[in-house]
Amino acid sequence: MKEDKKLSVSAIQNGTVIDHIPAQNLFNVISILGLDQITENLVTFGTNFKSDRLGRKAIIKVSDKYFKDIEINKIALVAPTAKLNIIKDFEVVEKREVIVPSEIVGIARCMNPKCITNNEHIVTKFKVIDKNGNVALKCSYCEKITDQQHLQIIR
Amino acid sequence: MKNKSLVSIDDYSKEDYIEILRVAAEFEKNPVQNILEGRVVATLFFEPSTRTRLSFESAVNRLGGRVIGFTDSSSSSVSKGESLKDTILTVSNYSDLIVMRHPLEGSARYASEVATVPVINAGDGANQHPTQCLLDLYSIQKTQGTLENLKISMVGDLKYGRTVHSLIMAMSYFNPTFIFIAPDELKMPEEYKLFLDKKGIKYEEHTELAENIKDSDILYMTRVQRERFADPLEYEKVKNVYILKNKMLDGTKDNLKILHPLPRVNEINTDVDTNHKAYYFPQALNGVFTRQAIMAKILGLK
Ligand SMILES: [Zn+2]
Repeated sequence: MKEDKKLSVSAIQNGTVIDHIPAQNLFNVISILGLDQITENLVTFGTNFKSDRLGRKAIIKVSDKYFKDIEINKIALVAPTAKLNIIKDFEVVEKREVIVPSEIVGIARCMNPKCITNNEHIVTKFKVIDKNGNVALKCSYCEKITDQQHLQIIR
Repeated sequence: MKNKSLVSIDDYSKEDYIEILRVAAEFEKNPVQNILEGRVVATLFFEPSTRTRLSFESAVNRLGGRVIGFTDSSSSSVSKGESLKDTILTVSNYSDLIVMRHPLEGSARYASEVATVPVINAGDGANQHPTQCLLDLYSIQKTQGTLENLKISMVGDLKYGRTVHSLIMAMSYFNPTFIFIAPDELKMPEEYKLFLDKKGIKYEEHTELAENIKDSDILYMTRVQRERFADPLEYEKVKNVYILKNKMLDGTKDNLKILHPLPRVNEINTDVDTNHKAYYFPQALNGVFTRQAIMAKILGLK
């Protein structure tokens, strides 16, 4: 680890480090994983680290928490590049990548204002499709496509 | 198909289309059959569409079934603020099948998840209207004797027209060639052209009507609506360009048939109506046979 990162985000003894998050999507990742709602675990994050691949990246560290695959894959929408380091006793014991799921339930809002999901209390549902190399969502109800640019995470 | 809702045209396979058309032809030969006796079909029209509703109700009546429902949401509990879910759950108790039309997109898919009886989508906003597509297929097969290898010209609003989009998807199983004729503002969207490219289906794009219909088997006309244009001047420029006149049909193929989902405004001149190539009114009649077939298959009666 480089010196500057050590200073900005302190090391954790046990838990998960989520690295390589595009800086502009840091808060989306936090809200998708519900990190702004948890009261027990220590959560630290840092953003605007220089990254060759992403330009600016963010890092989140969550103490004493290990995510299930299904939770991790939810962040594929906003941070498909993210890498997870599983930490035990200050050591990285496992590295995991985000896998883009084929279906997304809840989490995102359909961009079509005339969609039934924006007019009644309905849990949104999308098929994940590829649009010009980017992840996009095809609404299972109105069949319209919501692309990255219009992606809105439901709070 | 039995007990399965029909929400989107791709809920059905090629084999399903062929089966529906076979049963529709049976109903055309023998339209009055009492197979729906004792059954109740609910027609829930959250927005008015007289033509579609009458077609469904005629189909039910000819099969000896009963119809309940409403013709627009102002006369129903919806106007009191009832949720779609509650309306659908309630009506599920009173009927064997729900036919619904709703201004919001995706409403029919949602209703089909909530309902305890099958749901037929009779139009959900600009999204899907699968029974229209199946009656178009029936009309094409009936007039051409086949669905295979046809040249189909589509004219007018190809950007927003849900009927042309559904027809492209459905016809893609039958090796068609498409001719898209539309103003630049209303061109066929990229995603449909990509779909055709992927399936290896040929298509041409033009802005001129008369000179691009000469070797077509089907001429599918749609309305060019003023409200689709951001700039009213653009509408004024093209509004009279996509009007079919009888004279334009000189030199077209003898088997050419003109289809239109109706209602038309002015995009087909009335002088075309008496031409034997005009088929939009018989097309509407085919809608009754096709809907008889769809309901009979879903209720497991055919
Ligand atoms: Zn939607």
